[in-house]
Amino acid sequence: MAANMKAVKLRIKSVQSTMQITKAMELVASSKLRKAKERADTCRPYFQELYRTLQDIARGNTEFYSRYARESTNEKYCYVVIAGDRGLAGGYNSNLFKCLEAAAEGKEYMVLPIGKKSVEYFKNRGVECVTEQFSEIAEISVADCFEIANLLCREFQKGKFGHVELCYTKFVSMLSQQPDVFPVLPLVDIAKECEETREQKIIRNLIVYEPNGVEVFNAIVPEYMAGLIYGSVCESVASELAARRTAMEAATGNAEEMIEKLNLYYNRARQASITQEITEIVGGAEGI
Amino acid sequence: MSTFPVRIGTPDGLLYEGDVVRVVCRSITGDLAILAGHCNFCTALGMGEAHIVLEDGSRRNAACIGGMLSMMNGVCRVLATTWEWEEEIDAERAGAAKKRAEEMLAKGGLSDKEYRIAEAKLQRALVRLSVKG
Repeated sequence: MAANMKAVKLRIKSVQSTMQITKAMELVASSKLRKAKERADTCRPYFQELYRTLQDIARGNTEFYSRYARESTNEKYCYVVIAGDRGLAGGYNSNLFKCLEAAAEGKEYMVLPIGKKSVEYFKNRGVECVTEQFSEIAEISVADCFEIANLLCREFQKGKFGHVELCYTKFVSMLSQQPDVFPVLPLVDIAKECEETREQKIIRNLIVYEPNGVEVFNAIVPEYMAGLIYGSVCESVASELAARRTAMEAATGNAEEMIEKLNLYYNRARQASITQEITEIVGGAEGI
Repeated sequence: MSTFPVRIGTPDGLLYEGDVVRVVCRSITGDLAILAGHCNFCTALGMGEAHIVLEDGSRRNAACIGGMLSMMNGVCRVLATTWEWEEEIDAERAGAAKKRAEEMLAKGGLSDKEYRIAEAKLQRALVRLSVKG
């Protein structure tokens, strides 16, 4: 019994130290989350406006000289996958990859991973990467987003892939985050998507492009893409921290419960050993 | 004068939402003004001064750098990379940035990328100063 008690005592100690770590991680995540949420909140209107504007343009588009706008003949996809740098965030990373796998099924694709976990995942699977330069999502700035967008546009113009889609995690609320994939290029893909969701009859309004369609698209597409990437990065960072906070909160709760149970067990064992000792003493005294 | 709704957004948030009489900014080909009732229109923005005229005739100046302007079905959206109202511009900082960029360019020996960055910095600083001045 004494040996058992020692083992339980050690176990309680180890669970306690784990709890300390999870508790600390929870606190760190929630303080970082506040900042990340603010950033995502300020960026969201721009992000939505940008996408809506491009949707409108894409739906009404009659300009097919630009490679960015017309239907693509190249069936290869490029996914920009925005995941986290670290694990221990519940199902955050794996949900995102599942969502991507579902979207990419049966397609030929390459990726541009952002975030360490994303880079690792695609390296293990041997998927072709455009670049691995942007492995740290925490350090991505607006300037980096422009660099990524320019790179993607160059490769797109070269014909390395015919479609670009963005895979990120949407920050719905503190408790719920939703992985999502949406098309970015070419613009007809966006128009198709909103037709599917809204089932509205499209009325093609003519749009005047100044000075001309090709030049306008060449100028706005990299900006549009950079804006979308930046917006998605902000959302993803906030989602990751929220997911980590929830996961760590649950882990702390579990550890508390476990300690309680072990304490109960330990006290029982301690009492049992005392009772046994008393019985032994009484038995011994009677024997004299 | 009739007005139309405008939304001005940048990655730093939605800066303006409301009805205006006129939006003037610089596109990649030159200055343009949008009035109410403009046909569907889309262009890319360059670097330059911009302003909006509100319903009461007051004018707000801003420095606008990059992005796009679209007029779809009567709603104007200006999605700029940066859009700074005149009162938010720090002239001292812009002046210092201009000096730094000029020094960089004057020193020479820059790589292509560095040269482009320095040039862009100089241009941005000049736009800010011209709005402020």
